[in-house]
Amino acid sequence: MQIIDLLKQPWHWAVSGTAIALIMFSLIFFGKSFGFSSNLRTICAACGAGKNTAFFKFDWKAQIWNLVFLLGAILGGFIAHSFLTNGEAVNISQQTISDLQELHFAAPTGLQPQELFSFEALCTIKGFSILAIGGLLIGFGTRYAGGCTSGHAISGLSNLQWPSILAVVGFFIGGLVMTYLIFPIIF
Amino acid sequence: MKFLKFLIAGTLFGIIMAKSEAISWYRIQEMFRFQSFHMYGIIGVAVVLGVVGVVLIKKLSLKDITGQPINFIPKEKAIVKYLVGGILFGLGWALTGACPGPIVVNIGYGFASFIVVFVFAILGTYLFGVVKNKLP
Repeated sequence: MQIIDLLKQPWHWAVSGTAIALIMFSLIFFGKSFGFSSNLRTICAACGAGKNTAFFKFDWKAQIWNLVFLLGAILGGFIAHSFLTNGEAVNISQQTISDLQELHFAAPTGLQPQELFSFEALCTIKGFSILAIGGLLIGFGTRYAGGCTSGHAISGLSNLQWPSILAVVGFFIGGLVMTYLIFPIIF
Repeated sequence: MKFLKFLIAGTLFGIIMAKSEAISWYRIQEMFRFQSFHMYGIIGVAVVLGVVGVVLIKKLSLKDITGQPINFIPKEKAIVKYLVGGILFGLGWALTGACPGPIVVNIGYGFASFIVVFVFAILGTYLFGVVKNKLP
């Protein structure tokens, strides 16, 4: 099999986990740290939010490196989609497929459910609200907790720090409440 | 030029997240339903290697490329903010199937709806900054 065919298949979790650790250590050796959600605060500051709100009054230009990392992430998504995909549906477990079917989601045909991320869904009040409320919760919650999956679950747990363990417990409480209590109501 | 290394690191991050399907809403659902090892494998391997690496950096007192000693600044001690903030983020993570990194990777992948998630995440952070001093 040619290398490009191998790359087009979904990558194994061990490859991904190893690569993420290497990226974290690269950033550490560059004198920075791996934390993606800080960019949201930096963008607020860059847009002038520091004029009225002290939380956004800081030297955001020192964080430009992380915005460049963010641009890279967008580019990476583009490259993966343009050159490194065979268009197969996500191979999730049969149990997840049947659980989601009870919530009126069809079996996967690609990477993301059409029910949530198609243009048609976006143009409904419900579809737009889901994306908007989800975004608000992510932006508010990550800054209140002081980090997201990269800052707490990867960087923080690697340093075995209590705040990150607490935050990750919180991530899961929130995720389980959404999945098991709120999904059956909204879907 | 000094930013090029961050662009490369970010690009690799985006490709890896997309190709290991960690940006997929389906994979996050599967994770929160404990029906596959996939996401736990990704995070678990990253954390195990991370713990080993951080211990080595501390033991060997390694320096970064600018010659500064590498320090891990401890996070402030608190309970409520990590737990409540974490819960709010967890709700949004399960709902959209994406944390901040994957939100932008999805935009690059061509799922334009994630622009809405991204803009509202920025608004959410702005809202937090405005009410921060009134929170426990």
